[in-house]
Amino acid sequence: MQFLKHNWWKLLGILLLIYVIFGGLLFEVPALPVVQQTIRNIYFHVGMWFAMMFILFVALVYSIRYLRRFRPIDDQKALAAVKTGLVFGVFGLVTGMIWAKATWGVFWVNDPKLNGAAVGMLTYLAYLLLRGSVEDQDKRARLAAVYNVFAFVLFFVFIMILPRMATASIHPGLDGNPALATGDLDPRMRMVFFPAMAGWFIFAWWVFSVYFRIGQVEEKIKELSEN
Amino acid sequence: MVSEIKALIYKEIFLEWQQKFAFNGVLLYIISTVFVGYLAFEGTIGTRAWNALFWIILLFASINAILKSFLMEGEGRMLYYYTLSSPHGVINAKIIYNAVLMAVLSLVGFFVFAVFMGDVVQNKALFFLNMILGVIGFSAVLSMVSAIASKAMNNFTLMAVLSFPLVLPLLLVLIRVSGAAMQGAVISEHFSDLLIILLLTGITLVLSNLLFPYIWKE
Repeated sequence: MQFLKHNWWKLLGILLLIYVIFGGLLFEVPALPVVQQTIRNIYFHVGMWFAMMFILFVALVYSIRYLRRFRPIDDQKALAAVKTGLVFGVFGLVTGMIWAKATWGVFWVNDPKLNGAAVGMLTYLAYLLLRGSVEDQDKRARLAAVYNVFAFVLFFVFIMILPRMATASIHPGLDGNPALATGDLDPRMRMVFFPAMAGWFIFAWWVFSVYFRIGQVEEKIKELSEN
Repeated sequence: MVSEIKALIYKEIFLEWQQKFAFNGVLLYIISTVFVGYLAFEGTIGTRAWNALFWIILLFASINAILKSFLMEGEGRMLYYYTLSSPHGVINAKIIYNAVLMAVLSLVGFFVFAVFMGDVVQNKALFFLNMILGVIGFSAVLSMVSAIASKAMNNFTLMAVLSFPLVLPLLLVLIRVSGAAMQGAVISEHFSDLLIILLLTGITLVLSNLLFPYIWKE
């Protein structure tokens, strides 16, 4: 019982995602031209990006908290969140590429939304590179936090402006974030879509907490081996 | 604050005048890369390639020029500023100085480009307005990244890697507008694009002023 008291949300996440995997693959979906059955990917592809945005926002919050109080724990949480964001970003790209191959015939098209996603990945890979280039712990934490805030704001402006700037986009959701345009989603699909989003959010938070604990253990090992 | 920024900009110009390192270095960089481009393309080049090449060269020249701005300051000198002025004074002076430096260099760069590759720009007013706004935006983003990169190892690689994704939104708008200017588009058609450039620069300035105080302390 003690286990459930603290970890009920993990169980909820598992149940939601089991429902999503079964419901997403088996429930009825509207038959649309071109997209056909691949529409089911929406529960996974959009979920990845949603979870990534959420967890990168978490990283931003921890970076700001670090700059206010300079506690190392906030820096480690920001790092764990960025790593999680990258994992979800990569899966978002992969699911998107599979979907693109099925509907557009190619893995990658020169589209503002795809390019925006790629730039986001590059930004956060650069964040990790920056961390690797600074030896001093306090300095590393400070520079990383500053870059994270700087990059997050510019990245968000980028993905807000760029799709609007484009004259044409093959990717759905003409202005701004395609995932937010759920108004035109078929009611049957909403039955799975919203639980899917909740499930991926919980899963992202779980992955984040695991990354954070791995980081803590690594710190500890380093500390012990130095003494 | 204003007099502080003025004094710091004056100091930058004075140092540059004594060493002439950044200016001559970047000038030579631009001339060499344009010449390499000229030889590689064997003289004939379409407008799209002209546009792309021009902005890539300008971007790399900016990274080169602006990386130096914090790298050249030794630790002792940073400490000296620390006792004398506010962080806002230092970062704003750097941004303004870099913007002026890059504006001059980009004009020279355009001249060199026009000599070798041919002048294909039809609407000069829009092209230059776009270019000047662009290098101001570049210097705002790159000054801040330079401040971060100068504190870490492998500065140049880090500077390039950190700044590319941040400069890209700006660069895409700039290339679009300058491409249109080459075809003879008028300013009023691209008013919103120019506003986006100003907006991005403004956001960067606000962020730089908010965040620089955290990096300059050792």
